Amino acid sequence: MINLSPKFTQKLAWSSIWTAGVASVLILLFIIGYVLTKGLSAISPEFLFTAPEGGLSGEGGISSCIVATLWLILITMAILIPLGIGAAIYLAEYAPDNKFSRLIRYSVELLAGVPSIVFGLFGFAIFVLALHFNYSILAGALTLVCLLLPFLMRSAEEAMKAVPQYQREAALALGATKWQTVVHVILPAAMPGIITGITLCVGGVVAESACLYVTMGGSAAMPTSFLSGGRTLAVHVFYLAMETNALDKALATGAVLIILILILNFITRWLSQHFQAKMSGGI
Amino acid sequence: MDPKIQTKELGFYYGKVQALRKVTLDVKEHQITALIGPSGCGKSTFLRTLNRMNDIIPNTHLEGEVLLDGLNIYEPEIDVVEVRKRVGMVFQQPNPFPKSIFENVIFGPRMLGLNHLTSLDEVVERSLKAAALWDEVKDNLGKSGLALSGGQQQRLCLARVLAVEPEVILMDEPCSALDPLATLKIEELMQELKQSYTIVIVTHNMQQAARVSDWTGFFLLGELVEYNKTSEIFSRPKDKRTEDYITGRFG
Amino acid sequence: MSRYFVDRVSRRVVYIFGVVAFLILVFIAIFILKESLPALKELGIVNILFGAKWYPSKDTFGILTMLAGSVVTTLLALAIAMPLALGCAIFLAEVAPPHIRNIVRPAVELLVGIPSVVYGLVGMLILCPVIARLSGTGSGSSVLAAAVVLAIMVLPTITSISEDSLRAVPARYKEGAFALGATHWQTIHHVLLPAARRGITAAVILGTGKAIGETMAMVMVIGNSPIFPASIFRPARTLTGNIAVEMASATGIHESALFTTGLVLFILVLLINSIGLLAYRRRA
Repeated sequence: MINLSPKFTQKLAWSSIWTAGVASVLILLFIIGYVLTKGLSAISPEFLFTAPEGGLSGEGGISSCIVATLWLILITMAILIPLGIGAAIYLAEYAPDNKFSRLIRYSVELLAGVPSIVFGLFGFAIFVLALHFNYSILAGALTLVCLLLPFLMRSAEEAMKAVPQYQREAALALGATKWQTVVHVILPAAMPGIITGITLCVGGVVAESACLYVTMGGSAAMPTSFLSGGRTLAVHVFYLAMETNALDKALATGAVLIILILILNFITRWLSQHFQAKMSGGI
Repeated sequence: MDPKIQTKELGFYYGKVQALRKVTLDVKEHQITALIGPSGCGKSTFLRTLNRMNDIIPNTHLEGEVLLDGLNIYEPEIDVVEVRKRVGMVFQQPNPFPKSIFENVIFGPRMLGLNHLTSLDEVVERSLKAAALWDEVKDNLGKSGLALSGGQQQRLCLARVLAVEPEVILMDEPCSALDPLATLKIEELMQELKQSYTIVIVTHNMQQAARVSDWTGFFLLGELVEYNKTSEIFSRPKDKRTEDYITGRFG
Repeated sequence: MSRYFVDRVSRRVVYIFGVVAFLILVFIAIFILKESLPALKELGIVNILFGAKWYPSKDTFGILTMLAGSVVTTLLALAIAMPLALGCAIFLAEVAPPHIRNIVRPAVELLVGIPSVVYGLVGMLILCPVIARLSGTGSGSSVLAAAVVLAIMVLPTITSISEDSLRAVPARYKEGAFALGATHWQTIHHVLLPAARRGITAAVILGTGKAIGETMAMVMVIGNSPIFPASIFRPARTLTGNIAVEMASATGIHESALFTTGLVLFILVLLINSIGLLAYRRRA
């Protein structure tokens, strides 16, 4: 056993820790950089606006995947936003402190950890089979609602709990009903946090693949309604990589995905800063 | 004249801890009633029972009665929202909403369903004038309420209460976060407001109670030790504990 | 409509919404169990759990190889991720100057947002060829490739929970150690890390739960052969991958066996996460 001086171990530890910190950034930059440099060159208007040929060819563009992704975002968020915020309002403002509320909170936490593919099986069993939605955007969207609900609930609840108690008291003391207090005082004050949660969920819809792979069917055709099957951009990357030799197209689609995720990330940051400035009284 | 608010044998519990013991007290109409006593004596808890603000604290319960114009506000069929409309409240920390001055004042009337823009303008002007804030903010009604100074914020909170046209205004140490000048302004305002409203104020500051109030109640350990005309309390306290407190021997 | 009416109705509506998350969890359990029943009845739980052979064409459905594939990949991924994640957590909580932290933390958070399929794609195109050259055989689709990809994917989870736990250690502990002349690293090593031990344990357990559930990236780099992971350079299959690879073509008892795979996965993850959440709650 070599006896190292504290000064030496301090230096050694510091360089290791710095390495770990810098490495994590480099990993991110590497992944993003690799996909963008390899993929961006293949992105053209033609690539974006023609449909993939499907099957084993891997030829064509990604127009139907873009449309399917947009449909999916629209339907998922239309159901998820009211449901998630409503549920969060219940937990943050109405739920009494008892066993039942704790059970609900615990289920939310457990649900957040259930793997995507298990949600996929569930969605397949209930939406595709039992409710006869077949392989469709609707079945995929409903599955995603289940998957994303705990995340939106948690971020919205946290945002509402962060609203100071005196704001509630002020509104109630002015003769507002509880619901009016929620709508006119708590929701506006919690909006930055809620919007951050919503944007993250949109990112989740864009990034998700496993549960959609087993609920949306994966047809490469242009969806005609929310009852059509389809494949999102992420699922398309999977098909291209696994079933075709069109790895350049897979990288190009991956680059589109990365750009979308980056844009959503910037929107989130911008919105929360914008709201924070507004809340602190400057405007 | 009948009292505006009467409490009868009022008791209040946080869980198993009793915070108020059999408090019986009459609040006279168009008078200022001050509640004094050391920290934790129950005076704020008592104030918050008068507009049922304690309802929102979990694991609490109340016994006895609080009569507003002779009606018990804790009867099951009484609507708590109606009570709070009639009995307004100004809090210790100025707590304007993160909205414009205009929106702050109009909050209460909006909640009551008043939405005609012309009358809203009138309400805002009248309330801000009554709270002696109009001249300072009339050109800046769109400014955030949080951008005002502490004293202005507290007067905004008062204006916000006045806009609801309550009958009683409860003030929970309204000046404790304010500087002496802002405090003076609020005290002057109270003298004007008592022509139209009944005011109950909790204060830490005995000089303030002596200056502004007509009646004073002294609380100690959840009990109302003594309640009388302010002049009487401060010149001829009947109870030894009251005398000790107002002469500064404890608290 | 009076505001009192709105108040009463909305109270009930949000209550119903609040219960939905609980109901989803219950429904998942019910539906997956229900769809698993044919396979469970026909083959028996023992044959499924401990059967080493998965031959859908012969109606033989043993998931032991996949169970081993999931466990081995996950453990290897944790072994790779742990030093990096812990280093990163210490870096963010104690070492990094604010302006550096403001770059590193968003970068780690952004790793969560990158789609699973992108990780899989980069793994396929970069990692697998390297591993193929190292091992000298095959395409490089292997347990090692899967573990490295997985390590990067769980890095943010373990980092952020560990950082939280390190920050939750009361400042007076740190001050006490400093006052005795300890170096910053000695303080971290002997005071902060032991005090944050439960939180870091929770981070690792919750990271495990996440790793075991990862699907698409695994399918893309692990090769998906239902065999025991005898070497880290050889292919294997995970429980999640088993479902994804075969779901589209499965019917009857085969489909039911895939649901059973999902049931095992569901129970496994619930167990792991319950322990993780418990540890997280008791971290202080």
